[in-house]
Amino acid sequence: MAIVEKVELVKKEQIKSDIYKYSVKSDKMANQAKPGQFLEIRVTDSIEPFLRRPISIHNVKKDEGIIEFIFQVKGKGTELLSERKEGELIDIIGPLGEGTFNTNGYEKIAIIGGGIGIFPLYELAKQVKESGKTVNMYLGFRNKDFVILENEYKEVANNFTLATDDGSYGENGFAINFLKDDISKNPVDCIYACGPLPMLKAVQALAKEKNIPCQLSLEERMGCGMGVCIGCAVKYKTETEDTFKRVCREGPVFDANIVEI
Amino acid sequence: MINTEVDFAGIKMKNPVTVASGTFGYGREFSEFIDLNKLGAIITKGTFLKPKLGNKPARVCETAAGMLNSIGLQNPGIEYFRDNDLPWLRQFDTKIILNVGASCLEEYVEVCKIANTLDIDGVELNLSCPNVKAGCMACGTSYEGVKDVTAAVRKVLDKPLIVKLTPNVTDIAMIARGAEDAGADAISAINTLLAMKIDIEKRRPVLANNTGGLSGPAIKPVAVRMVYQIANAVKIPVMGLGGIMNGDDAIEFMLAGAKAISIGAGNFIDPTASIKTIEGIENYMQRHNINDINSIVGAVQMN
Repeated sequence: MAIVEKVELVKKEQIKSDIYKYSVKSDKMANQAKPGQFLEIRVTDSIEPFLRRPISIHNVKKDEGIIEFIFQVKGKGTELLSERKEGELIDIIGPLGEGTFNTNGYEKIAIIGGGIGIFPLYELAKQVKESGKTVNMYLGFRNKDFVILENEYKEVANNFTLATDDGSYGENGFAINFLKDDISKNPVDCIYACGPLPMLKAVQALAKEKNIPCQLSLEERMGCGMGVCIGCAVKYKTETEDTFKRVCREGPVFDANIVEI
Repeated sequence: MINTEVDFAGIKMKNPVTVASGTFGYGREFSEFIDLNKLGAIITKGTFLKPKLGNKPARVCETAAGMLNSIGLQNPGIEYFRDNDLPWLRQFDTKIILNVGASCLEEYVEVCKIANTLDIDGVELNLSCPNVKAGCMACGTSYEGVKDVTAAVRKVLDKPLIVKLTPNVTDIAMIARGAEDAGADAISAINTLLAMKIDIEKRRPVLANNTGGLSGPAIKPVAVRMVYQIANAVKIPVMGLGGIMNGDDAIEFMLAGAKAISIGAGNFIDPTASIKTIEGIENYMQRHNINDINSIVGAVQMN
């Protein structure tokens, strides 16, 4: 059950000029956080900017009661958040989202992420690898300047491929091309993806073509993040249902066979 | 001992604080964060005769001190509410007000016929959603329109009837009189203000529906003015809403003439906003030696 709490920012790291990693202390949140979940963060005590900012959970250290999240400064909300200092309290609701990455019954998985969409995938990879299963990871970035957290992600993968669109670092091309080649030779039990929409669409199509289960972590403009405003709708279609689901509540992770993106 | 109880159009609420339609779902999500027993009333998501899919995303965006929404009244329909949400809501010691939406007068009547058979404490008629194209906008923007719908519903509904008004009109006091003249028990105001935000890079509106309803603290001064005008135009009680974030905001609406208030978009950024508002009202009463909250309703002294 999600809680609303003012939590201490215990560690602040600037990992690129505009990207920060925050570690916050909350035993309650860390205890129940699942891979794929997110936080709703209030960046100010005033009414401007008005809405909370949904930010995915990157890493959970249950023993220490620490949750890590990573964000890019994109506008005034994230800019205000980036100005917070260690020792300060941050107003957070979380962990949110009932649609989390599900790995039950899978022994060998592929994880594909693009750009700043890689952050929700870390905890998933970590847990799966720790449980003794196999993680094939594919990360894609625009060029070498956008590459981030390579070593951290390498550690939580058994097989690791990093690609840049222009070949300026790692493999040359889109990450999905390497995933495609690999699964033709060595199939996986499930594919997990988070990243820009074109990448998600390509992964969805690939999974359907190869008939492999696939789970996508989605992003949508959110009002509340707690399921009450129904702002973050995504089309959801099964044989019996043709409806909108809430990215914040039924998501943010959805079965790629059912969700329309 | 202070008294915060109000009799709102026959609905006896333990305090004047309610949660606004469309900002609280049917209560389940926020029961994780707050004790629903503490609320004066819960006003449900706008509910239609049949399930409604809602609008295409993007449905929400942030604006200065507020937000736009164009949800399009996505809801599961009144039969689902009756069978699933209402029994669950009834475990709490709070009043349940069903917000009813429809796309034509006949549908309002049909939904309210069913509502009349349910274990609810009142009905709020949504005559004012700006986001439904086929909706009954004309029903809410003229004296005659409001009077006709209210009268038709009144015939089939014995429970307290609250009519929720749109601010997107020239003279809201006259519209409120339409509801009163047709037998409404109360008015609630205001719904969202019709608005638009443009993405200047894409040269397109941010919302898929192009326009949406503005809510949040940005609209509070407009709402306070309209509540004042309505309260001075009708004898029935007024539920005030529009940008209320805390007890001070609530008191402002009550001084303007609201007998009860709703927290709307404030729920989105603080799920405990309603509880804090109740505490804030009690705090104000203690600071000003007010024994009965009813004594401040409409107590503003105009210059």
